[in-house]
Amino acid sequence: MNWTLALPEIVLAILGMAILVFGVLRKQDSFHLCSMLSIGALIATAAFLIGGGSGVGFHGQFSADPFALFVKLLVLAASVLGIIVSLDYNEHENLRRFEFPVLILYATVGMMVMVSATNLMTLYLGVELNSLAIYVLAAFARDNLRSSEAGLKYFVLGALASGILLYGISLVYGFSGTMDFADIAKVLANPANVSAGVVVGVVFIASALAFKVSAVPFHMWTPDVYEGAPSPVTAFMASAPKVAAMALFARVMYAPFGHLLGQWQNVLILISIGSMVLGAFAAMGQGNIKRLMAYSSIGHMGYLLVGLAAGSQIGLRGILIYLVSYVFTNAGMFACIVGMRRNGQSVERIADLGGLGKTSPGMAAALTIFLFSMAGIPPFAGFIGKYFVFIAAVNSGLWTLALIGMAASAVSAFYYIRIIKVMYFDAPAPSLDARPGSLAVVAGFGAIFTTVFFIFPAPVVAAADAAAKAIFG
Amino acid sequence: MTAFGFPLLSLLTFLPLVGVAIILSVRGDEKAVASNARWTALWTTIVVFALSLVLWAKFDRSNAGFQFTETVAWMPQVGLTYKMGVDGISVLFVLLSTALTPLCILASWESIQTRVRDYMIAFLVLETMMIGSFCALDFLVFYMFFEGVLIPMYLIIGIWGGPRRVYSAFKFFLYTLAGSLLMLLAILAMWNFAGTTDIATLMHTVFPKSMQMWLFLAFLASFAVKVPMFPVHTWLPDAHVEAPTAGSVILAGVLLKMGAYGFLRFSIPMLPLASADFAPVIFALSVVAVIYTSLVALAQTDMKKLIAYSSVAHMGVVTIGIFTFNAQGMGGAIFQMLSHGVVSAALFLCVGVVYDRIHTREIARYGGLANRMPGYALAFMLFTMASVGLPGTAGFAGEILVLIGSFKVSIWLAIFGGMGMILGACYMLYLYRRVMFGKLTRADLMSILDLSPREIMTFAPLVVLTIWMGVYPSSFTSFFDATVNSLVEHHQAALAATTKLAGVAH
Repeated sequence: MNWTLALPEIVLAILGMAILVFGVLRKQDSFHLCSMLSIGALIATAAFLIGGGSGVGFHGQFSADPFALFVKLLVLAASVLGIIVSLDYNEHENLRRFEFPVLILYATVGMMVMVSATNLMTLYLGVELNSLAIYVLAAFARDNLRSSEAGLKYFVLGALASGILLYGISLVYGFSGTMDFADIAKVLANPANVSAGVVVGVVFIASALAFKVSAVPFHMWTPDVYEGAPSPVTAFMASAPKVAAMALFARVMYAPFGHLLGQWQNVLILISIGSMVLGAFAAMGQGNIKRLMAYSSIGHMGYLLVGLAAGSQIGLRGILIYLVSYVFTNAGMFACIVGMRRNGQSVERIADLGGLGKTSPGMAAALTIFLFSMAGIPPFAGFIGKYFVFIAAVNSGLWTLALIGMAASAVSAFYYIRIIKVMYFDAPAPSLDARPGSLAVVAGFGAIFTTVFFIFPAPVVAAADAAAKAIFG
Repeated sequence: MTAFGFPLLSLLTFLPLVGVAIILSVRGDEKAVASNARWTALWTTIVVFALSLVLWAKFDRSNAGFQFTETVAWMPQVGLTYKMGVDGISVLFVLLSTALTPLCILASWESIQTRVRDYMIAFLVLETMMIGSFCALDFLVFYMFFEGVLIPMYLIIGIWGGPRRVYSAFKFFLYTLAGSLLMLLAILAMWNFAGTTDIATLMHTVFPKSMQMWLFLAFLASFAVKVPMFPVHTWLPDAHVEAPTAGSVILAGVLLKMGAYGFLRFSIPMLPLASADFAPVIFALSVVAVIYTSLVALAQTDMKKLIAYSSVAHMGVVTIGIFTFNAQGMGGAIFQMLSHGVVSAALFLCVGVVYDRIHTREIARYGGLANRMPGYALAFMLFTMASVGLPGTAGFAGEILVLIGSFKVSIWLAIFGGMGMILGACYMLYLYRRVMFGKLTRADLMSILDLSPREIMTFAPLVVLTIWMGVYPSSFTSFFDATVNSLVEHHQAALAATTKLAGVAH
């Protein structure tokens, strides 16, 4: 049993507990210090990851492969950005508690386990560890009615999804006799073993994971939770867990159930179309920027599912590249949203951005870059991601899906450029407060990455290629 | 890196961004920043123009292929390379872009007073995108520049435009985006078929006929919006009317040409069978555009709108020429594009001159300007004549070549296309009479001033070009003759190959 393969996860879990103990014992306000320590822990974990070996450990339950490495690094980066984004907001909104970064660490451990899972049980453990931490985070502003509501809502619906997931797992186990991904694949390679029970189990698992990535029709919780949760939590929820869940989704669909492509492909095509279309149309009428971002992320999940539905190595590569562009664009976008404050009060209506181009040109320019990127306008990172995903759809002959995706893209451009219109064309609203350095750094980093990604995509593409190959072998 | 010694085309494309960096680095009070932005933008665009003259001098006119090519590996995993180069079709459009941009900066010198810095940045980025899309030799690279144009143009219309600027900016953006996304899908399909998006390779890839039809329609969706062709031209009058003067100039002068350029560069060489099959549809739409929009132009009360509709009509002549598939028609179309680029740009500048003074574009508000503004009247007269297609001006050679080309296809096509010239004379001369002649009645017109030295500097190059293109067109046609001939041959060979195959099959 090669337990060293899970060393990064173990290190991160132990460091998380150590920071928790440290925070408890140190009787003063240690939010800032613990945040810094947590960032350090994440970076140390990344170092362990890069230096770590690859292979399958824990009797086939845990795999450290290039795919897991790629996604884990992305998740770690997203978590670091998530903590940085929270620093100033939590100071201001009286959420200065050291548990915050620790919860993010635990969520990250959960995500890393999800990404490496090669057994349905490991998968479930990872998903739960991740989700439980995030339920608490969503309700972190416990004196705020909306935040508590968001946490409760997410918890109840998330528990339901977990139930569905478990039920699916039990069906698959019951009909195939194993929980191990490789063994399931072996069993299902023989068409005679593909019974209705397995297919139902797969659909249940897919539904639960669709809930985690908030794809239509399991998206209902997203707008409310995004709006109610404290902004930095929304920022975090929109990036790292989505990445991990999407990666897990891809691994589960391709590795154990790859032979059932014909069974699940149409299901995924439907949820993909639903997500893209809903994301495009429902976001139009939103006045609250966090709600808008919720619908926007539903749309983005739709595009990612295009890559998943393609069911090919090219599709998986597309997903990974899209996730890279998504994480950094999203982090920058939320850094701007979290920083929206007027006279010390957080504001989150789109109208509050009125005339931002005049009152704070730097932030307006950064937001413009993010919005064009999300709309998929070249040369920004979002375009590169979409390009690689649609390449996969075309390659697999999914023309209808590609066509609908393009149409949804055009429609969603409308609400993205509407925000740009508010910032540049409208009369100035009273100016927003100056943004703290931490947010400016994240926004600046995101803007630069989003802008220059198209110049040097080759290394990322090569890494994504290698990662996708690891799954398809 | 390139046969020429240094990457001239990349330099031309990205030099404006250096200007952006300089403008961004300047700090200080608003006035200093504005003045600095103006001068930096002007000098950057002048340097780019001077550099682009190397193309004029060194371009081998007898060579039909791509020249000044550069290649850099970009995303080898999907067969994507950064490839630049120009041939006879594109080289003059690069020059047109580099020539018009400094004039646009000059024209905005005083009329743009708010957020000058942002404005100049937008224009420099726009120049990068324009030059890039004409130089790109990879379809995806082209697409990135082609789409990238939307960003600065959306901001230019939306921020510095007229009262209905928001509506116009949205319409412009969404129309163009919807069309281009279909083109992107077609690009992906081509990539899937050929394994590359390299233009030179795709030109020699034979796509199955049924696939060509779909690809052609997808391209049509994008290029027809950009040209613009009837019935998707409705964004143009709105965008023109609301855009600031320089925005209209660049829109009419260069951006519209991108659509027609797309037909020449992609649709016809890559999809010869579909192009031949769809030619009658294009002819029909073009003829409708020529006649219908000319009539609409006749009824306009807004100067800019009138010229915008005349642009649609002129571009209709261009699309007729392109789809005649003979050397005269295609050459004429390219020449018409160039002359329209100069003349319509100049006409929009002319409108800008009086708009800056009186702040209205209502034709009825003017009259008798010739009395107070003889210099302006002369320039306007020249450009009006060029727009009408008077021999000796830029507009003539292109239209006559297209007419000759369309005669070879069908006499009716020539007759209907020729209607555009007649109607063009009607609405342009009618416009000129209403604005220039008659009595000066309004008080504010009594004291209107003639062209300022800055405006004379803006118009002088356009006047020279208009006459030069009219008197000695072959100094321009010689650039693209070889390429057009090879394009025609390529097209006929492709058609012949299929007929042969069909013969074998039967």
